[in-house]
Amino acid sequence: MKKYSAFALVKEAFNNHLGWGRAWRYAQPKKRYKVIIVGAGGHGLATAYYLGKNFGIRDVAVIEKGWLGGGNTGRNTTIIRSNYLHEESAAIYEKSRSLYETLSQELNYNIMFSPRGVMMLCQTEHELRAMKRTYYANRLFGVQTEMVSPMRMKEMIPIINTDGPRYPILGGLWQPRGGTARHDAVAWGYARAISSWGADIIENCEVTGIVREESKVASIQTTKGSIDCEKLCFVVAGSSSLLAELAGFRLPLESVALQALVSEPIKPVMDCVVMANTVHGYMSQSDKGEMVIGGGADGYNNYSQRGSFQHIEETVRALIETFPIISRLRQLRQWGGIVDMTGDRSPIISKTPVENIFLNCGWGTGGFKAIPGSGWATAELVAHGNPGKLAAPFSLARFVEGRMIDESIAAAVAH
Amino acid sequence: MLRFKCPVCNAVADETELSPGGEAHIERMGPGSSDDAFYKYLFERKNPLGIHFERWFHAYGCGKWFHAARCTKTMEIFGTYKAQEIKPPKHIIDAITKKRPNWKNE
Repeated sequence: MKKYSAFALVKEAFNNHLGWGRAWRYAQPKKRYKVIIVGAGGHGLATAYYLGKNFGIRDVAVIEKGWLGGGNTGRNTTIIRSNYLHEESAAIYEKSRSLYETLSQELNYNIMFSPRGVMMLCQTEHELRAMKRTYYANRLFGVQTEMVSPMRMKEMIPIINTDGPRYPILGGLWQPRGGTARHDAVAWGYARAISSWGADIIENCEVTGIVREESKVASIQTTKGSIDCEKLCFVVAGSSSLLAELAGFRLPLESVALQALVSEPIKPVMDCVVMANTVHGYMSQSDKGEMVIGGGADGYNNYSQRGSFQHIEETVRALIETFPIISRLRQLRQWGGIVDMTGDRSPIISKTPVENIFLNCGWGTGGFKAIPGSGWATAELVAHGNPGKLAAPFSLARFVEGRMIDESIAAAVAH
Repeated sequence: MLRFKCPVCNAVADETELSPGGEAHIERMGPGSSDDAFYKYLFERKNPLGIHFERWFHAYGCGKWFHAARCTKTMEIFGTYKAQEIKPPKHIIDAITKKRPNWKNE
């Protein structure tokens, strides 16, 4: 792996930038791997990275039916925050956020982490009370947040309309070290790191069958042939139910479409992320100047990566009241991704009914922020065969035991 | 935009007039059932890629629930039937197999 540095940049400038080389190798499957991870998105690649870094397991293949980072990793609104109500959630999301802080240096790859701050608006009395509760919980768990008055919010975000009329702003929950990152770069950075130590990333390779020997998986069949493995880990978000079906079990998941859009680029108007949960819209401004807007998920099962038009309309209509300045902006692009929703809107990092299959899914509408922490926890699960402290609360067993981590009620909206 | 014919009031309704209700034909478990059966009833879903039997609520119409058969990949709707049916009726199965000869109802 060629180290990226100022020195390398100067050197390549005299070489017409011909010597950079590929960031990661294109690999063909070997006969056998110690661990196969299905899904080369952020979570899958992060799992492979922490398997190698924390546990020295580098005989790993990450296989992907499409292209690297082409699923939800490349389709989200890149928001990073950890201001969750429940202790279990705050632990894993804060681990993740703190890993993001130094990820660029660690991977020697600029993921453009920008801790510009995340503001969650309170637009009803209910929401104000709920956010205060979250704020107290955050203090207890060591997540740095604060409550902000409407007047201070207006100073921080001059384009915001705090007066309503329908949803006036009563306050806000501010996480100063939340922010955004370059989503593709997160996947690329992890891919480059694991490829450099010999892990194989195999794109355009779809799993078509899972061969079991008694209670264990012996090998998987793919469009690039059969591959043996000691351990198998599914990290495929919206397609988790389909892989589980191949392996012979079912999951408490529903796959639905979640959409986002960007406006035409404009000059800088807003230097933080704003989330309006009551009206179901969130917005930030990209470095290119586009307003990045995300909305609510559709309510029905969907694998088409396209969502309902009226959800985009609802989101934009609601945001225009709070941000009148955006009413004349033109929409540049709109897209959808398929997210895997659990009943309690918390993820699943778990063992499965098959002994050597492990599962990371159920991140629903909020997976991007969790990539490093999720990879960290899943690597621990795969390496030891049992979950560590971060992953343990997120087992499949919680649904049978009624031990929910109910972020759907806590956040009113999960992102 | 999805568009269903409500089998109760016979109106052709846009999805904005309806509210989705998830997988249909889930057998209800009550007190006395095993933990596993209750978990399956509450949470476990088929979540198929392809034909999905599901419930819809005609929220801004006649206010009744009904069933629909829809493909989760192409969004094609194969027909709707009443909420009282405990499994998809023959005309729905026929409509699906006519267009998808290889489809199996599991």
